[in-house]
Amino acid sequence: MAIDPTAFLPPPVVSAGPWAWMRRNLFTDWRQTALTLIVLYAVIRGVPPLLGWLFVDATWQGTRDDCVANGGACWAFVSARWGQFIYGFYPVEERWRVNVTFAVLAVSVVPLVLPMVRGKAWIIGFLLTLYPVLAFCLLYGGVLGLPVVETARWGGFMLTLVVAITGIVGSLPIGILLALGRRSDMPAIRTFCTLFIELFRAVPLITVLFMASVMLPLFLPSGFSLDKLLRALIGVAVFNGALMAEVVRGGLQAIPKGQYEAATAAGMGYWRMMGFVILPQALRLVIPGLVNTWVAIIKDTTLVLIIGLFDLLGIVQAGIADANWLSASVTKTGYVFAAMGFWILCFSLSRYSMYLERRLGLGASR
Amino acid sequence: MMKLLTATTAITLAGTGLALAGTIDDIKARGHIQCGVTQGVPGFSNPNDAGDWTGFDVDICRAVAAAVLSDADAVRYTPLSNTERFTALQSGEVDILSRTTTRTLNRDTALGLNFAPVVFYDGQGFMVRESSGITSALELDGTTVCVSAGSTSELNVADYFTANNMTYEPVRFEKADEVLAAYDAGRCDVYTSDLSGLAARRLVMQNPAEHLMLKETISKEPLAPAVRHGDDAWFDIVTWTVYALIAAEELGVTAANIDQMKAEGSPDVQRLLGSSETGTGEWVGLDNDWATRAIAAGGNYGELWARHLGPDTPLKLARGLNELYNNGGIQYAMPIK
Amino acid sequence: MTAPFLPPRQIFWTRRRVKSLLVQVVFLGGLAWLAYFLFANTTANLQRQGIASGFGFLSQRAGFDVSLSFLPFTSDSSYGRAFWVAVVNALVLSALGIVLATILGFGLGLARVSKNWLIARLATVYIEIFRNIPLLLQLFFWYFAILRQLPGPKESVVLADLVFLNNRGLYMPRPQVDQGGWVIMVCFVAGLCMALVMTLRARQQRLKTGHGPKSWYWWPIGLVALPLTAFMITGASLSFVIPELRGFNYRGGMLMLPEMLAALLGLGFYIAAAIGEIVRSGIQGVDKGQVEAASALGLARRDIMRLVVLPQAMRIIIPPLATQYLSLAKNTSLAAAIAFPEIISIVAGTTLTQTGQALEAITLAMLFYMGVSLSIAAVMNFLNYRVLRHGN
Repeated sequence: MAIDPTAFLPPPVVSAGPWAWMRRNLFTDWRQTALTLIVLYAVIRGVPPLLGWLFVDATWQGTRDDCVANGGACWAFVSARWGQFIYGFYPVEERWRVNVTFAVLAVSVVPLVLPMVRGKAWIIGFLLTLYPVLAFCLLYGGVLGLPVVETARWGGFMLTLVVAITGIVGSLPIGILLALGRRSDMPAIRTFCTLFIELFRAVPLITVLFMASVMLPLFLPSGFSLDKLLRALIGVAVFNGALMAEVVRGGLQAIPKGQYEAATAAGMGYWRMMGFVILPQALRLVIPGLVNTWVAIIKDTTLVLIIGLFDLLGIVQAGIADANWLSASVTKTGYVFAAMGFWILCFSLSRYSMYLERRLGLGASR
Repeated sequence: MMKLLTATTAITLAGTGLALAGTIDDIKARGHIQCGVTQGVPGFSNPNDAGDWTGFDVDICRAVAAAVLSDADAVRYTPLSNTERFTALQSGEVDILSRTTTRTLNRDTALGLNFAPVVFYDGQGFMVRESSGITSALELDGTTVCVSAGSTSELNVADYFTANNMTYEPVRFEKADEVLAAYDAGRCDVYTSDLSGLAARRLVMQNPAEHLMLKETISKEPLAPAVRHGDDAWFDIVTWTVYALIAAEELGVTAANIDQMKAEGSPDVQRLLGSSETGTGEWVGLDNDWATRAIAAGGNYGELWARHLGPDTPLKLARGLNELYNNGGIQYAMPIK
Repeated sequence: MTAPFLPPRQIFWTRRRVKSLLVQVVFLGGLAWLAYFLFANTTANLQRQGIASGFGFLSQRAGFDVSLSFLPFTSDSSYGRAFWVAVVNALVLSALGIVLATILGFGLGLARVSKNWLIARLATVYIEIFRNIPLLLQLFFWYFAILRQLPGPKESVVLADLVFLNNRGLYMPRPQVDQGGWVIMVCFVAGLCMALVMTLRARQQRLKTGHGPKSWYWWPIGLVALPLTAFMITGASLSFVIPELRGFNYRGGMLMLPEMLAALLGLGFYIAAAIGEIVRSGIQGVDKGQVEAASALGLARRDIMRLVVLPQAMRIIIPPLATQYLSLAKNTSLAAAIAFPEIISIVAGTTLTQTGQALEAITLAMLFYMGVSLSIAAVMNFLNYRVLRHGN
């Protein structure tokens, strides 16, 4: 009787199915197994209480006392203050102006994100030139019969967006000019731009904001005063302009010399060469870098609260201090709420930047 | 090139031109007064539920606006932190700083401020938890003290502990809200500030009854509105508006009886309200009704006090030193003549 | 190099040059005018109102107290002294933050590339959460939502009767050497130098000959055995001062203020997320062939990481790492918002308000940060140069 040799071999190792996956990815050897078990234990101990705090024990409606009694998150506080968190002290009957402003923004941004839409240059042009004017007229008023809403009343998420968008839109031209200046062949301009960029990159934003809020007024002729918010916006734009300049410079450096030479040979002057040949290519190259800088700008908008403006974090902070709500649960809820707001914005932007990086084929070249 | 030069010269000149125009002309041109207030101290300057600024310091600005612009509502308020307040005034961002600011020699001189008459005589005190068992400021050795950064309180408390050979650990926040919150949450054993501030802040604590104000007053804190150096005409108006409010209380002129008093009051009243032949308007550079408008805006000094700080308010402060001089206090209007 | 053709004769006054010169003259002129305009305004503003100016205030008595100071400081000290106190506080916070962020960040980076699915996922979750929330918000969360909510001194969270955590801070035992403390310190430093020298020598020999003595054991000898021997010989007695509740607060021991603890946690955890990503991309940037070659040589997984991948990854890691360190040092400025006494709080806050000299105070603050930025940049450039040129 012939013996089948395969009968003595061990069964083949299962290489598919969940068990094999776990063997491969969780329990490779005893060290990995131990690690996995420890981490798993921590997760099991940590996550249910967190979810319980966020949802199960949470108070959705009521007062501080309800929140204290339930012990979970106090979403009642967020819903009671919702209007303030979004619009700050903007008069209730004028809030539609804020809605319109940001609706227009959303409508114009959506086609920018979609890859197949044509004519993006026009949209970008609108956003960089006409839109700021429109937004200012709508938000501040004083034209077309709209009552003036002083900037002191602006606040909450709306102010965060105003600061972030001004930072983004304002810093781009400043950054481009500084980057061009730093690569200029005129020594005076090159030195100035280099110094300017390095100076602003060396100090934290908060000193620039302090400078804008307490020093700038002393620099200006007396009797000529700028709005507090405007001063902060100038500070944010200039500071981020210096950061932006370095990103743009990276793009400029990546453009092959042949492009410059070809443009010069075609008889183009400096501005036409930059505007039509170099910058369009350079900016395209650094879009992911730009978007990452925007994420940083959005996160940095919170600093305006230190100079007394009430952005989303500032207004949450003020709400927490309200004697009618003051409690540990409300404090945590307030910060968690603000954190979620910023996180959604920043996370989606950074994901978008990664998507662009892949699409433009920049990440794959390594 | 020539065009550019001309343009820049024009801008420079415009700058100097503005500087020479003077605060009053600026105010009249823009139609409102810029008033620097706190970022929220109940009773003194605090936004109400509708977001409008109210309080004792706010009413001083309203009185000045009524005197200058005939409209008590022609005021725009700029909430200022301790750090910002002086530069905001120096740079012209605000015309008047009505913001629980202590008058000191340093501020009067080196900081370039001019102080109007004192509107509130205050002093610095301590607040502790009743459960701590502390009854005197001399028992505070080794405590943690919450204090507002950049205030006179911060300096006084350092002097007081040094003078009494005691040590303490300061916890300094810039915003008054945060100082209070830190104390309320137990970060500190002691909360120190002006007595009026302590009383105002106690209102917004979680359990006001658990806290105790110590009897010691460790400093003099005369709180006064301030304007910047170099504009005497504007300084005069602010100064005499405050005196007019005090004089109105001395003479029994209130917002309610002002029309009647104007018609049939004593010569002093007539002179104050500008109803007699010798009006005071010309001297301060306004019309003769300036004081009438200032008083009518919110009432006399005593009325302002009663409305925002007195026993009928949540603050329940006693007038104390802020009574009129003929009533046991030291408030005293210079003669309006 | 031989030029194929002669360069064209230099003509100095080309149209291009004239234009460029003209542009620069106009630019500089505009700049000078702007500078003059600002300067004239400022001096006019200051003079008209009789505001004091200049740095004379630095020698005046400060008059305020500071909660945390590594230099002797009382309210009788000068504003200049207060500035240095703030400088040291900011530097200490930066240094501790960098240590925490580096350790945590490298851990996260390694976890990100771990074969263990669970650990890699958790590291990803951590990084995505912490780097997409503003730092200031994180500082507030640690300070106001976590540390502020701790119980008071009497109900402290106690760890083995040695460490106490309450809303006044973290109290730890303080080591105290009664006598001969300096001998032990000297031995420690000497041991450190010795270990360093031996390691470098061994490496040099290895580079030259391919063989070299093992040198790792010099480290425990230098850092532990030598000071310990000195400790025994001098007969110094080491004791720990354990904090105890006296009056209102704990006394004795080492105290880490809640402001500092929150600042440290906030900065460390935030920057660690960024470092984690840098380390990950550094490791993934190393050519796969290197790993394959190393495993073909029979190196263990751990050794591949330690000896082959990380040294090469460091070249990619160091430049962005330097940027993160710089960012951490600059971000200590945000700790002012949670009452940590650093530059912004002491100089741009209290000093500015008490003296009213905004220009000088903010200039001082900016100079400090510029100094820090330049020093970190210089150190990192040097390190970068070493790593790039000489390998590990």
